[in-house]
Amino acid sequence: MSRLDQTFASLKQSDKKALIPFVMAADPDLEATSRILPALVEGGADIIEIGMPFSDPVADGPTIQAAGLRALKHDPSLDDIFNLVQKFRSENADTPIILMGYYNPVYQYGVENFCTNAVAAGVDGVILVDLPPEEEDEFTPHTQKSGLSLIKLITPTSDAARIETILRNASGFVYYVAVAGITGDKSAQYDQVGQAVEKIRRQTDLPVAVGFGIKSREDVVTVQKFADAAVVGSALIKYMQDQGASANSAKAFLSKLAGL
Amino acid sequence: MSIKSQPDDHGRFGIYGGRFVPETLMPLILEVEKAYNAAKNDDDFKAEFDQLLKHYVGRPSPLYHAKRVSEDLGLNLYFKRDELNHTGAHKINNCLGQVLLAKRMGKTRIIAETGAGQHGVATATVCALFNLPCIVFMGETDVKRQSPNVFRMRLLGAEVRSVTSGTGTLKDAMNEALRDWVSNVDDTFYVIGTAAGPHPYPEMVRDFQSIIGEELKPQSQELAGRQPDALVACIGGGSNAIGLFYPFLDDKNVTMYGVEAAGRGIETGEHAASLNGGKPGVLHGNRTYLLQSETGQIKDAHSISAGLDYPGIGPEHSFLHDQKRVNYVSATDDDALTAFQYCARMEGILPALEPSHALGWIMQNREMLKKHEMIVMNMCGRGDKDIFTVADALNMDISS
Repeated sequence: MSRLDQTFASLKQSDKKALIPFVMAADPDLEATSRILPALVEGGADIIEIGMPFSDPVADGPTIQAAGLRALKHDPSLDDIFNLVQKFRSENADTPIILMGYYNPVYQYGVENFCTNAVAAGVDGVILVDLPPEEEDEFTPHTQKSGLSLIKLITPTSDAARIETILRNASGFVYYVAVAGITGDKSAQYDQVGQAVEKIRRQTDLPVAVGFGIKSREDVVTVQKFADAAVVGSALIKYMQDQGASANSAKAFLSKLAGL
Repeated sequence: MSIKSQPDDHGRFGIYGGRFVPETLMPLILEVEKAYNAAKNDDDFKAEFDQLLKHYVGRPSPLYHAKRVSEDLGLNLYFKRDELNHTGAHKINNCLGQVLLAKRMGKTRIIAETGAGQHGVATATVCALFNLPCIVFMGETDVKRQSPNVFRMRLLGAEVRSVTSGTGTLKDAMNEALRDWVSNVDDTFYVIGTAAGPHPYPEMVRDFQSIIGEELKPQSQELAGRQPDALVACIGGGSNAIGLFYPFLDDKNVTMYGVEAAGRGIETGEHAASLNGGKPGVLHGNRTYLLQSETGQIKDAHSISAGLDYPGIGPEHSFLHDQKRVNYVSATDDDALTAFQYCARMEGILPALEPSHALGWIMQNREMLKKHEMIVMNMCGRGDKDIFTVADALNMDISS
């Protein structure tokens, strides 16, 4: 059983839902991220998403764009990010790590090497924002071979037929994008999101996470009523931007979201 | 198999092209493809497009024998005068086609990106004609260096949004346009200005711009009694070049030269020559040659010409480069500035800085080019918009 499957199974057993924070690797530097990751777990993170910075993040709003720009001052390589995960993994064997980003850095690194080295470092899954099902055939043989989960995005524009196509190579969980828009932008209409999640559940047994526009404890509670996980990115990054990107601020904000 | 039979069903030109876009956009991209495939086989669509090209744009654009330049350089050089189109560049051919398609799809809001401002002006123009709201994304650096075009767009009723992310040039404007599109998928059509982006854009823009090369065949026969054996065009994203080249791709005796912007020189790293100085990667919906770092971060391009200042190139050019069907060469900022002034004095034509690169390269390579009997260069835009940039580069004060 994969670490992701294990996590969702044990949460289900204790009738709990997952909280997934998103942080950008190397924002403001790799050292800081290295301190922030364990603090997120202490603050109540069940799974962590780490952003792989990219110069042209077309699906991200101003907050995550800015985080990416801060990170890119150090131009971290994917090996730097794998090292970060490896270090985290040496002290934490249970919390799944998901890498999220855009395709070009992965393509330049080499898709096969990426999948092999990610798994070796202790990465559990990957989300590539600009690799839709139409283009994933060059990538999925390597995720399957290495055992890396391919986490797929389903959006408000996905109808049942489209969801079927998206689910074809999905594993780990699926990520429902709550708004047709960019990260951290509009707030979602949660009644509609709830209906969309119900529709997705008719087509898959994979856990469903919801993200984009989730800002507060209230949002998290609402989303966790119908979804298996709530993802919080921009709000966390914004908080650390204002309060300082430290283990303490990361833990403080996450505890609030988790209701600890 | 004809080299013209690209793209395939997946929108690929060899390994290039494709549809690398966020999932939110995928259903819409597939819808655009379906609508375009229906439109291109619809006689009414074609009739309306042709009618507007003739009576509104002023096509066909003339083929002109540049006799003084020819004599001076020892070449037989013709200009395809696309700078005489309404709005002053080839860009409007494509805007008309795409806005007609948007109308057909029932879209009520148009967005576009622009670098030099020519595509923005052309889109704003067509939107005024069809009474559609138009928002043009333009990098803040370009807003400054192309201020006359910003004012023109506003006069035409468009909203110009200055983009401050990144270096504030064309790539950043395109990112922002894509973000807007992701957020407004229901009512919005994105009019992409060059033969790049997700499928079907590279094919669609090529088809709308191919009028340039198609007109050239009968014009060439009439004026010179023969077909050209060499074609030259500047390349940013590559829409004017593919429009000129495409109808001739199967004519083996026609040699083609695509001129990229070498900026301050390719060896300096400050250039916009994706084929000569980049490698394949994925950006803005397609796989193509890109200027990028070892880690896959996109680098900033540099060119004195805002219209060429883009770190990528249309995927069909990447394919034609690998196939060695087109020779991709380059000209520097200085070559373009020299050609700009030369063309003004020799032919009484102020070329835009973009085609000035094509002419600059011809001037630098005239000895090699003497093997060709008839060369046609696409004069794809006029230089009025560039007079401030040129004056600045030449340290000339135009206020006195």
